[in-house]
Amino acid sequence: MLDIADLDAWYGESHVLHGLNMQVPDGKVVSLLGRNGAGKTTTMRTIMGLMGKVRGRLSYEGTDLLKLRPDQVARKGIALCPEDRAIFPSLSVHENLMLPPIIAQGGMSVEHIYELFPNIKERSSSRGTQLSGGEQQMLAIARILRTGAKFLLLDEPTEGLAPVIVQQISRTLAEIKEMGYTILLVEQNAHFVQGIADIHYLIENGHIVDRLEAGEFEKNIAKVDKLLGL
Amino acid sequence: MDFNLNLILGQMVLGLVNGAFYAILSLGLSIIFGLLGVINFAHGVFFMLGAFAAYMLSEVFGIGYWPALILVPLMIGALGVVVEVTLIRSLYKLDHLYGLLLTLGLAFAIEGLIRIVFGPQGLPYSIPDSLRGAINLGFMFLPYYRAWVVIAGIILCLSVWLVIERTPLGAKLRAATDNPQMVQAFGINVPVMLTLTYAAGVALAGIGGVMAAPIMSVDPAMGTNIVIVVFAVVVIGGMGSIFGSILTGLALGLLEGFTKAVFAEASSTVIFVVMVIVLIARPRGLFGKMA
Repeated sequence: MLDIADLDAWYGESHVLHGLNMQVPDGKVVSLLGRNGAGKTTTMRTIMGLMGKVRGRLSYEGTDLLKLRPDQVARKGIALCPEDRAIFPSLSVHENLMLPPIIAQGGMSVEHIYELFPNIKERSSSRGTQLSGGEQQMLAIARILRTGAKFLLLDEPTEGLAPVIVQQISRTLAEIKEMGYTILLVEQNAHFVQGIADIHYLIENGHIVDRLEAGEFEKNIAKVDKLLGL
Repeated sequence: MDFNLNLILGQMVLGLVNGAFYAILSLGLSIIFGLLGVINFAHGVFFMLGAFAAYMLSEVFGIGYWPALILVPLMIGALGVVVEVTLIRSLYKLDHLYGLLLTLGLAFAIEGLIRIVFGPQGLPYSIPDSLRGAINLGFMFLPYYRAWVVIAGIILCLSVWLVIERTPLGAKLRAATDNPQMVQAFGINVPVMLTLTYAAGVALAGIGGVMAAPIMSVDPAMGTNIVIVVFAVVVIGGMGSIFGSILTGLALGLLEGFTKAVFAEASSTVIFVVMVIVLIARPRGLFGKMA
């Protein structure tokens, strides 16, 4: 389980997270919903050890993550699929897929990944950046499934994608969830997370304003829509 | 000016010898700049240290050229590790200019130290016995050793290029050049990678130094002399392009040789003339990706 308590984080002088509290239990899909600038990406980056100045508590399976470098966090089995997808332009699709080192046993085989994402197989010798947005997103997810990481941080995987691609990603996430992965899913798309997340956290101005179980989500949808500015 | 084809061809072949050194050195500079963002002005000094290390191995331990080709890059690489960890590492968050200043100062300091220990005069290093003699190319007698430098230099550069472009290790290097933070977030220890890349880059310069020892004067200024030209090569080729730096190095060696044959007075300036023209016409260099 990932346990975040009273977490503060800064970008230079700008104070982004203000006493954030949330828990992500093993094997669950947890969504983090909020507007642009609410602190969603910063939360992901803080977990990954990518923020310079942080304060508070952040532990994963009993280990204090705030003391670790990003590569050491990754070695604990946590993997990030960032908002910009971070496909490496100098690498082919296949090289992008194979880049993250195996950090634990039990990762997906390349064959299985190609089964899940047939497009990636077809384009494996292309440059990573020649893929469409949807294909890049799938590659960014596929890339971290190979490594044996069991805790996935997915930062707005549906952003800017066509509905048919969003559906495909949704099916993929359902499949990944079935396999027992723990997922922290940052989103602005309430409809997308509704079908998949077990717990929803609502974030505003760098702190959690509400926590909803999957069953409570529907009757609080007005509150969620208001938070997201819809 | 009179044009003698044999002379021109001969000088161009010899120019290729210099070109091989330019390629080896600019390749290392390119790799280091690409990943570390440091313009390594100390690069020539590592080349010079490579030649001195070969000389010392031979004088003190009686270790010859061939073992030196293996041992010296290891020694220079180890020195590179020390320099990166103790000095260069602290510069990554600062402007490129600081790296340039630090490595330039380091170059002066090391060169001065070598001058104090060994004196300013050139020291002799003999051609390995197996490469004595020359081959008749029809238009010239090419010493075997120089032919070896050209062939080995090209093979060395192409091997490095292949490792970078075609292997998982090279993919890591390219990815870290694109986006080091993300590579680290995947569990790769990027600080160690930076150290090893610097070490590998200067080790290449060290190999160049060993190869140069039998044909250039082994003296404290040999690095500075060649690195001035190599920086022009890098500017012409474009910072950060691996293949571009190899090709440009060889091509400018050829051009220098050609100029030597047709208008010898300009042979030491022709590369800088090309540099000025390239800077005007294409400021990022012939193969450069960045401004």
